[in-house]
Amino acid sequence: MIRVALPTHLRVLAQAADEVRLDLTHQATIGEVLDALETAYPMLRGTIRDHVTQRRRPFVRFFACAQDLSLASPDTRLPSDVTNGTEPFVVVGAMAGG
Amino acid sequence: MSTVRLLVGTCKGAFILTSDATRRQWTVDGPHFGGWEIHHVTGSPVDPDRLYLAQWTEWFGQVIQRSNDGGKTWAPVGNAFAYDGAVGTHLWYDGTPHPWEFKRVWHLEPSPTDPDTVYAGVEDAALFRTTDGGNSWHELSGLRRHDSGPQWQPGAGGMCLHTVLQDPSDPNRMYVAISAAGAFRTDDGGQTWRPINRGLKSPDMIADPEAEVGHCVHRLALHPSRPDVLFMQKHWDVMRSNDAGESWHEVSGNLPSDFGFPIAVHAHEPNTVYVVPITSESEHYPPDGKLRVYRSRSGGNDWEALTRGLPQQNCYVNVLRDAMTVDTLEPCGIYFGTTGGQVYGSPDGGDTWTPIVNDLPRVQSVEVQVLP
Repeated sequence: MIRVALPTHLRVLAQAADEVRLDLTHQATIGEVLDALETAYPMLRGTIRDHVTQRRRPFVRFFACAQDLSLASPDTRLPSDVTNGTEPFVVVGAMAGG
Repeated sequence: MSTVRLLVGTCKGAFILTSDATRRQWTVDGPHFGGWEIHHVTGSPVDPDRLYLAQWTEWFGQVIQRSNDGGKTWAPVGNAFAYDGAVGTHLWYDGTPHPWEFKRVWHLEPSPTDPDTVYAGVEDAALFRTTDGGNSWHELSGLRRHDSGPQWQPGAGGMCLHTVLQDPSDPNRMYVAISAAGAFRTDDGGQTWRPINRGLKSPDMIADPEAEVGHCVHRLALHPSRPDVLFMQKHWDVMRSNDAGESWHEVSGNLPSDFGFPIAVHAHEPNTVYVVPITSESEHYPPDGKLRVYRSRSGGNDWEALTRGLPQQNCYVNVLRDAMTVDTLEPCGIYFGTTGGQVYGSPDGGDTWTPIVNDLPRVQSVEVQVLP
């Protein structure tokens, strides 16, 4: 089980609780977590990564275990503390503006 | 007695304002989708409780919401706006080729006959259509693939398709307007398009006085009883066409400034037109700090200032292109929202105005529905 923490706007859009729990049992990659998230919550398609290119939207960032994974390849495997549910995979709206 | 419902999109959420037919007392419901930019909220003419809403943020992109109960509840529908086939390029601000990239929806135009069919005008400029209530969107790519497409260039607000007008007498005829490409017409239901910009003058932007495209059209309007007569608020100039856009002539007349964004036609008087002049392209506020709607009862040229109830000193707001509308009651009601968050209404064709609400976020769109 993998926990995913979403920013407020996406939590509201998905009508989800504070954290989303995804039933992934193996040491999943970033891309696999996003695939599973969008399958469980199809209204999130296009809001985290582009519909066509599947690239992360520029103002969305990914964190896990105090590491910034925003620039990591979608094929990057997540730390075991994330894949065993100890720590969440965190989706954040980047700070922007003054 | 009828109910009047205003659908207001702001930069921080949507609001629904409701009154009886006297249009004197209003209730305010919202924000819906607080924190999101709502570019447009509108309802189906054949099923007024079917609403469509375009919400967007720079962070999370485009979401489309649909309501089947007049805005009490909403559900997200499809938000994939994929250009059809090869994307190609248009001109960027610096004149270099730039690939078409979807950014957001500017305007939703529901079909006059089918609640599941809606057109979406988007940035970068293209026209999409859904026929399944918003679940899927398909581009009418004949517009973007027009021979002039590679020469289109964005205006300051982006290269947006912001106006979609359907000819009520001919389901195959539609008009769209793009900043800063100009106006286009289809006579075959959106398969092919041609520019209709003859007579527009944009000497500060285009060297060629006969240029087919490149005009910064801000808004088009028509009256359903006379669909070949079009009115246009351009970057500068208020224009009129009597022949479905084949040619245009200027009707700015005695306006204090012919720069502005919205333009609307009275619901019962096809020759009565409304604009809200602002000072200039670099001063997006009313001349002399006086918020004045101008009305022409002669289809242009002769304009009168409508000021009763509107601030006549120290007012420096703007009215955006989708933020003025008219209702179908008698007398006709006129409504507009400002960048300062006020929504004003006139229940008497513009003779008198009252603020319906004062302190909303920046208003981006206003639509009205009259419910039985």
